[in-house]
Amino acid sequence: MTGETIVIVGAGPAGTRAAETLVRAGLRPVVIDEAPFSGGQIYRRQPPGFTRPPESLYGFEAGKAKSVHAAFDALSGKVDYRPDTLVWEIRDGKVHTIANGSNARAQLPYDALILATGAMDRVIPFPGWTLPGVYTLGGAQIALKFQGCGIGSKVVFAGSSPLLTLVAYQYAKAGATVAAVIDTAPFAAKLQALPDLARGGATFAKGLYYTAWLKMRGIPMFSGATLVRAEGEQGIARLVWRGAGGDERSTDCDALGFGFGLKSETQLADLVGVPFVFDEGQRQFVPQADPAGRTPVKSVYVCGDGAGIRGADAAELAGERAALALLADRNLPHDRGRAASIDASLARLARFRRGIERAFPFPEAMARAVADETVVCRCEAVTAGEARKWMRELGARELNRLKAFSRVGMGRCQGRVCGTPIAEIVAQECGLGLEQAGRLRGQPPVKPIPLDPGPEE
Amino acid sequence: MPPSQFTRLAERERRRLTLTIDGAAVTALEGDTLLTAILTNARRVRANEFDRKPRAGFCLMGACQDCWVELGNGDRARACTTFVAEGMDVRTGGGS
Ligand SMILES: Cc1cc2nc3c(=O)[nH]c(=O)nc-3n(C[C@H](O)[C@H](O)[C@H](O)COP(=O)(O)OP(=O)(O)OC[C@H]3O[C@@H](n4cnc5c(N)ncnc54)[C@H](O)[C@@H]3O)c2cc1C
Ligand code: FES
Repeated sequence: MTGETIVIVGAGPAGTRAAETLVRAGLRPVVIDEAPFSGGQIYRRQPPGFTRPPESLYGFEAGKAKSVHAAFDALSGKVDYRPDTLVWEIRDGKVHTIANGSNARAQLPYDALILATGAMDRVIPFPGWTLPGVYTLGGAQIALKFQGCGIGSKVVFAGSSPLLTLVAYQYAKAGATVAAVIDTAPFAAKLQALPDLARGGATFAKGLYYTAWLKMRGIPMFSGATLVRAEGEQGIARLVWRGAGGDERSTDCDALGFGFGLKSETQLADLVGVPFVFDEGQRQFVPQADPAGRTPVKSVYVCGDGAGIRGADAAELAGERAALALLADRNLPHDRGRAASIDASLARLARFRRGIERAFPFPEAMARAVADETVVCRCEAVTAGEARKWMRELGARELNRLKAFSRVGMGRCQGRVCGTPIAEIVAQECGLGLEQAGRLRGQPPVKPIPLDPGPEE
Repeated sequence: MPPSQFTRLAERERRRLTLTIDGAAVTALEGDTLLTAILTNARRVRANEFDRKPRAGFCLMGACQDCWVELGNGDRARACTTFVAEGMDVRTGGGS
């Protein structure tokens, strides 16, 4: 059609709906995803040869999963789909890719870019969290959904996240032994959030359903707890935690899934030069964008959880909305009425989000009280004490300064895991707000890749 | 081999494959990631370079990078995003 190259990074719900919208307008976008199959995180597909039906994999979400998968599959031949391909750098108007498990590199000049890169679990370190058997809540879900496995034979789920009771429910339903569900949010937080949550209708009802289901099965559930430490030799053998009343308790287990909500995957937006703004409710920096997903960088759009955590339903809408904005900006025919109705739906979902943030509060006290001997950076095994020492002795009062002086955030994960806890520690140590503590800047390659063997073709 | 970390809850009827972990032959199923293949047979995937303590992955989605293993041919692989193949030879850095 126009002969322009539109690149979409991410084939989750956001990327899928963006691609579908562009194809409907007669374009043929390039869709790149490092995963082997489309679907993203929530609608992650199992490998070929697995036989569980969507109802068993996605529960209440089976209908949406099927719809998103069907939408993407229908684009076959109409998009240039590159699965198993990581975008590791974006520079000078070119997307740099590498195929998984190989050194097959390519550079792709683009005219416009839609980033739909999703999110990962947000964590707070505690002693023993690097032991074998300790996983993120999302990771625990991937083991089951993508591999038909449980992360252990006696599993504790803990934290403060909509995924908490959901994953516990999925495990119990699949026949796993769930030793306990330990919520760090006080029950009162859920009640206070009720008015905003109720606006979420079905989503809210599902949360209540999982909780009731787990209680009915006699699975021990606690709220208002604090995670103290994971103990064990070869791997976790028990989780020690404090109850709402301050009493120390211990639960035997051989696996723990924990998490405190999600954080956006934003490295690529950083590399193309999108400015970031601090979002108080989400406690994280997010790429600056208008409600349609337009960033201040010309022809660069962000959508889905990578643009700020808003959940899967919002991701679908935001993907479509970003594509409509792209069409409008290029003076291509598009459905204005549809754009306006999506804007209204997204605004409604934003109110529900505020309810979620309140119902699943981030335990700031726990994040700031991380003990000196606790490893915060898994990659480089840097402890909270070492990080605090660098801040004190070298006067590093901001994340990137701290990174320059120490090894924190320089490891292979590029601060994806430790970015949140380190920011909290900097804020606590320096008496700053989280915003002033700053954010770790993204750097290429955004994930480890093999050394470049020579000039690219 | 120490006890396994992961337990199979479903999808047990897949073709069997054989691989070697730290020199010991073990069984996996087609469609397993390398992480699943290792952790259904052991409790560790690697040792951290700095504190030498055992690690067994963390995020399962290619984000934390805490599951890289060395293969017999000298290549390295991120276990949670690599599918297992017949005859793979994996080193967990923990000895046999
Ligand atoms: C592990 C996990 C489990 C979750 N489970 C649930 C659940 O059960 N229920 C629920 O309501 N919500 C769940 N969520 C939240 C839910 O996944 C999101 O709200 C939703 O998937 C957002 O859709 P998205 O399209 O924005 O991102 P995603 O679905 O995350 O898709 C982003 C895609 O971008 C790709 N990508 C990112 N960076 C690159 C790159 N540099 N190069 C190439 N490709 C890249 C990724 O591989 C991914 O496929 C989960 C989140 C996580 C992290
Ligand atoms: S377990 Fe996190 S990258 Fe593999």
